[in-house]
Amino acid sequence: MVTTARPRTKKPNYHWMLHAGLIAGAVLMLYPLLWMIGSSFKPEGQIFSDLNPIPQSLDFSNYIKGWTLGTGVSFTTFYLNSFMICAGAIVGNLFSCSLAAYAFARINFKFKPVLFALMLGTLMLPFHVIVVPQYIIFNTLGWTNSFLPLIVPKFFAVDAFFIFLMVQFIRGIPVELEQAAMVDGCNRGQTFLLIILPLLTPALVTTTIFTFIWTYNDFFGQLLYLNNERKYTVALGLRQFLDASGQSSWGAMFAMTTLSLLPVFVIFLFFQKRLVDGIATTGLKG
Amino acid sequence: MTPSPTPTSTDALPPPKTSLAKARPRGRNILSENAWGFLFLAPWIIGMVFFMAGPTLVSFYLSFTSFNLLEPPEWIAAKNYVRLFTQDGRYLSALRVTFTYVALAVPLNLAFALALAMVLNAKIKGLGIYRATYYIPSLLGGSVAIAILWRQVFGFDGIVSQALAVFGIQGSSWVSSPSQALWTLIILHVWQFGSPMIIFLAGLKQIPVELYEAASVDGAGPWRKFWMITVPMLTPVIFFNLILQIINSFQAFTPAFIVSGGSGGPLDSTLFYTLYLYLQGFANFRMGYASAMAWVLLVIIGVLTALAFLSSRYWVHYDDSAK
Repeated sequence: MVTTARPRTKKPNYHWMLHAGLIAGAVLMLYPLLWMIGSSFKPEGQIFSDLNPIPQSLDFSNYIKGWTLGTGVSFTTFYLNSFMICAGAIVGNLFSCSLAAYAFARINFKFKPVLFALMLGTLMLPFHVIVVPQYIIFNTLGWTNSFLPLIVPKFFAVDAFFIFLMVQFIRGIPVELEQAAMVDGCNRGQTFLLIILPLLTPALVTTTIFTFIWTYNDFFGQLLYLNNERKYTVALGLRQFLDASGQSSWGAMFAMTTLSLLPVFVIFLFFQKRLVDGIATTGLKG
Repeated sequence: MTPSPTPTSTDALPPPKTSLAKARPRGRNILSENAWGFLFLAPWIIGMVFFMAGPTLVSFYLSFTSFNLLEPPEWIAAKNYVRLFTQDGRYLSALRVTFTYVALAVPLNLAFALALAMVLNAKIKGLGIYRATYYIPSLLGGSVAIAILWRQVFGFDGIVSQALAVFGIQGSSWVSSPSQALWTLIILHVWQFGSPMIIFLAGLKQIPVELYEAASVDGAGPWRKFWMITVPMLTPVIFFNLILQIINSFQAFTPAFIVSGGSGGPLDSTLFYTLYLYLQGFANFRMGYASAMAWVLLVIIGVLTALAFLSSRYWVHYDDSAK
């Protein structure tokens, strides 16, 4: 762990020490990741005998080997499956959470305080409490071993975090805009589509990013519902390395774990500010 | 998204009623305000009934039954609960492991997060780069890939053993040692201090500079300023982070599953609560038993959250005048 000295003083002449400490800490923190990336380019024999993360040459054979390792189904399938589930979950969350958020933020309907409290209550509900009955429902419907259990609930606003995020955002939009639209004869549906939804874009982007990361990184749900290799996602595909791995597939394994982190990392590069804002304002776990 | 100064439960109060309804002219609007509300809320209500509240109640019922998915549930009253606490040694060790994990990982994680946030808040150059770098483990840490990496890092030939060997310490496999395996998971959690750090940073920015200036005039040193200004002003954010972390870390699953190869071993030393629940419910198909475990988990999280909220009035400082 980070054990470097971090001086607390703010005197300018100590700033170089601060930077030195911060850089040392960062290197220490990222070292396991760098080692993994480096190992994915090393020949099998060098991986555990070499602490230097920088490989002597760029050798992509681990990637080629890892991509098709397993029993016939390649990572092409796993990535397609992961991205399909993510796409479904994103569409579902955008649709259902924006609708619910608009109702909670702007419309005065009966039992609103009770329902709002209920919504917030579900934020703290452990997934494991509902997982058994949900499994029974999906099993009865014959949906196990399909993507439906991982996608369909999203169309019914089960991720209260995003409702909360959007409610907060909509409350910040001046209500006069809607009033003007309503004076012009718009009804609630039109105001939502024409006024709120366009202005809500930043929150929708945040929702998209976090839904992608959470769904992509999810393991429990996928482990539960997907048991045919053709339906496996990236996470489940990676797990196969642990089941099967003889000593000989470590390079391939590191190649595939490295690759699997790439989508989330690319999103991080492009949407860093959004991610940071999302965490800072709502505590969404990245 | 403007950063809210106190992202806590106070934000969660229903909004003041808008005057929109009154401003609406007559005509065109076919539906009443009420009807529109429920129309917009329809997906959420269906989801609430079928995927949240309904399953919660069903799970409560199932916790009093013996149920294996094939035959109908058989009512056995409180036997599941009795068995959990009196006859199931593995359950008790799962409880012990999970509490140890939460009790060590959460405070350590928050301490690192706060320390780094303090340093990064000191108007240093390159804040964005440092913040991004320290956040990366948090971003990727929950994935299967990182858990697999961790297994190797702390494995027999892993880089930790090798690094220790440089200093003459005999290397061993941390992940297969019953006394050390849990520590690898604690370290994995502490490693991900990036997101609470970002929340702390946002909180630190809200503290008025005048307070520090006034303290300096009065001759307070950095240490004193930290304890007398930073910590009290930051308590709402600390509180918020604490609640989030407790809820999340009690439900940790992936790292334990991957690092132990799905068994919770060695010798149940990484048998996290949710992992044992998964094994009972979905490997042994004891779904009534798993439901009982889930409800005990709900109660534990509920009680801890309630305790945090109740205690908060004594240590969380809400200063409205500072806004």
